[in-house]
Amino acid sequence: MLGTGTPTCAGCGALENIKIFCDILGEKTVFVNAAGCMTLLTVYPFTPFRGSWLYTAMASAPAGAQGVRDALDLLIRDGRLAPEEYLAVVVLTGDGTAYGMGLSATSAAIYRKLDFIYICYDNEGYGNTGYQFSAATPYAARTATSKGPRGYRGYKKDLFAIWAAHRPAYVATVIGTEPADLARKIEKAKGLRGPRLFIALSPCPTGWQFEPAKTVEIGKLAVKTGIWPLKEYLDGKVVHTRIPPPRGRRPPVEEYLKRQGRFTHLFSPTRNEEILKDIQASVDAYWEGVI
Amino acid sequence: MIRKLLTGNAAAAWGARLAKVDYVPAFPITPQTEIIETIAHWIDIGQMDCRMVTMESEHSMITAAGAAAATGVRVFTATSSQGFLYGMEMIYTVAGWRTPFVLVNVSRALSAPITLEPDHNDVLAARDSGFLQIHCATCQEVLDSVLLAYRLGENERVRLPVIVNLDGFYLSFTREPVKIPDEKNVKEFLPPYDPGETHFRAGDPISQGVVVLGGSQYSYFRYETHYASLNALGVFEEISKEYEEVSGRSYQPVEAYRVEDAEIVFFMIGSFATKAKDAVDRLRKVGCKVGLLRPLLLRPFPVKPIIRALAGKKGVAVIDQNLSLGKGGVLHAELSSALYGATDSTPVLVSFIGGLGGRDITREEFYEMVAVTRKASETGEIPPPRLLYTAEELMRMKGLQSIARVARQKGGGKS
Ligand SMILES: Cc1ncc(C[n+]2csc(CCOP(=O)(O)OP(=O)(O)O)c2C)c(N)n1
Ligand code: SF4
Ligand SMILES: [Mg+2]
Repeated sequence: MLGTGTPTCAGCGALENIKIFCDILGEKTVFVNAAGCMTLLTVYPFTPFRGSWLYTAMASAPAGAQGVRDALDLLIRDGRLAPEEYLAVVVLTGDGTAYGMGLSATSAAIYRKLDFIYICYDNEGYGNTGYQFSAATPYAARTATSKGPRGYRGYKKDLFAIWAAHRPAYVATVIGTEPADLARKIEKAKGLRGPRLFIALSPCPTGWQFEPAKTVEIGKLAVKTGIWPLKEYLDGKVVHTRIPPPRGRRPPVEEYLKRQGRFTHLFSPTRNEEILKDIQASVDAYWEGVI
Repeated sequence: MIRKLLTGNAAAAWGARLAKVDYVPAFPITPQTEIIETIAHWIDIGQMDCRMVTMESEHSMITAAGAAAATGVRVFTATSSQGFLYGMEMIYTVAGWRTPFVLVNVSRALSAPITLEPDHNDVLAARDSGFLQIHCATCQEVLDSVLLAYRLGENERVRLPVIVNLDGFYLSFTREPVKIPDEKNVKEFLPPYDPGETHFRAGDPISQGVVVLGGSQYSYFRYETHYASLNALGVFEEISKEYEEVSGRSYQPVEAYRVEDAEIVFFMIGSFATKAKDAVDRLRKVGCKVGLLRPLLLRPFPVKPIIRALAGKKGVAVIDQNLSLGKGGVLHAELSSALYGATDSTPVLVSFIGGLGGRDITREEFYEMVAVTRKASETGEIPPPRLLYTAEELMRMKGLQSIARVARQKGGGKS
C-alpha cells in the first residue's frame, strides 16, 4: 500500500511498521501527522500514501484528527458526502510527541472518545532532530543529549499504562518484526470504534547505531529478551500476546543491548555490571508481575 | 430584521448563528467566554444546528478548526489574549493550509503583568500570519464583520482564514443596539460553504501542510498566500456592496470620518475610535478641522485607500493601543511605510501610545494630541513617540507603591 522511494534511512523500523498498517487499513484513510522523521514521507508534490495526509505540528495531531473526523461525520450526516466516502482517521506521531508534547492533546481526544487510530512509532528518542533523549528513551541509552559514561539517567515512561488508564477502546504494543501479531491487532482494532492506540517499537539504525541489515534481528531480540512486551488492552483487561520463556531460559537482555551502538559504553572499555544488572532486573521484575 | 440590545460577544455569536456554521471548536477565556456560552446554549435549546467541541487548549482548538475547514465544513471559533498566543503556532500553520474559517478575537492585553482589560498586542502578534484581520468599533460591526469575513475568506481568489477583532470589555460586555439581519437576507449574501478543492475524499486523496524542499518551493507558496491576501482588498470592496444591498449598511476597508477637509487626522483601530469621533465632533464645533481615519481591514493593509485619504493633510496623530517594546506603535510603523515616498507632500506623523491594558484615553488627551500634531506640522519638528500617562496617574502609582512599602515593613504581604 505504501509506495516506494521514501526518504527515510535504510532499515528504518518505523517505516516497516507503517507499511503493515497501510496494507491492512487500506486507502480510505486520512493520516494526521506530527513533526518527526515520518513527516518527510510526504514531500511536495509526492506522497507514498494512497490515502490523504495532513501534517499539523508537533503537539496537536490528535486535535487535527478531531477536526477531520467531526467534519467528515457532519458531511456524511447531511448528505454532502456519500456514506461510502467514510475515511478512517489515523494519527501518526513519534514517541517524542506521544510520550511528551502531544500527551495532553491525546488524553483529551481519548477522553472525548474520538473515533481514531493512533500509531506511535517509538524509536525511543527525538530522531528527526538528531536523536536526543525523549521520555521514551530507555535507561542508560546514549543519545545526543546523554553522552556521559552512564548514558541516559531517566527511565522509559509507561505510555501503555497511561493510555490504558483512559479506558479507550483498544491499546496495543506492537513491533513490525512480529508481523503476524501486529496484523492481528490491527484487524482487531479495525473492527472497533473509538480511540484505538498503538505503540510500535521501531528499531532505528541511525539513532540506535546498528547496521541497517540488522533491524529484524534487533526487533526480534527486543521481544525474545522480554524488554519489549507485546500486549493489548481491551474491555478493561490487559493481555500479553507473546510471553517469553521464564527467567534463565530466555536470552539475557544484553543480547539485545550489545548489538546497538547506543549501549556500547555498557560493554567497553569495561563491562558496567551494575547497569546491566539493573536493566536485566527490571525486565525480570516486569515478567514476574505478569505471570 | 430585528433590533436588539446586544453585547459585542452576543453580536459575534449571532454572526456565527446567521452564517450557519457547521463546527465550533472552543475553549474558555475571559473576555471571550460569553461567545461560546451563547452558542452552547443555542445548540442546547435547538436554535442552532452545529457541532461544538470543547478542546483542551487553544493550540488544539485552532488545529481542529483548520483541520475541519480543510475537510470541507464551515468553522467558527473564538479566543482572547493568552489563548490567542497559546495557539500561535497553529495560527500561522492553518493560514498556510489556506483553509477559510472565522476566528473572533476579543482583545485583551498580554501578560505580564496580567490583566483582563484590552489592548491590541494580542491580535497584532498575528499580523504576519496570513490570517486576514477585520477590526471592529461597534457591536453592529462585530455581527456584520463575521458575515463579511466568511464571504471574504471563502472567496476563491482569497481562501484564507479571517480574524474578526473586538475589544474586550469596551465592546465584549457593552450593550449596544444591533440590527440582526433576517436569515433569508443572509442566505442571499452568504450561501452554504463551497469547499472547492479543499477536502479529504476517498476517491481523491490529497496531502496538506507538507514538507517542501528548499527555498524556491517555500517562497512559491508564501508568495501565493501573500497575493491571496492582497486580493482580499478588492474582494472586500465587492462583497461589501452586496452586503449593503441586503443589510442597508455599507463598509469600506477604511472608514473616513470627516476626513475630506480635515487638516489633522486621527489614525487608529478598534472601539476607542468612537471616542476619537466624539472628540472630532467637539473640535469641529469650535472650528478645528480634524477627522478620523480608521482601517477596518488591517490585513491586507489597505495602502491605496489610506494614501488617498491622507493626501494633502497637514498631520496625522497615530494612536496605537499596542506597544512593540523597544520600537513603538505598530500602526505608526505600518502607516509610515505605506506613506513614505507615496506622494509629494506626506503629512507629518506623530506617534501616541495609549489605551494599554484598557487605560482610558480622555477627551482632553485627544485635544492635546491634535495640538501636538498641529505644532509638529507647523514647525516640521516631529516629537518622539508619546506614551500617554498623566502626572496624576504617576502620583497614584507612587502612592500605591509607598503604601505597600509601609505595609511590608509592618509585616504585610506584597504582590
Ligand atoms: C513545537 C516544536 N518544537 C520542536 C520541534 C522540533 N522537532 C521536530 S521533529 C522533533 C522530534 C520528534 O521526535 P519524535 O516524536 O520521537 O519523532 P522522530 O523524530 O523520532 O521521528 C522535534 C523536537 C517542532 N517541530 N515543533
Ligand atoms: S532516524 Fe531512525 S526513525 Fe528516523 S528515519 Fe532514520 S531510521 Fe527511521
Ligand atoms: Mg522518536
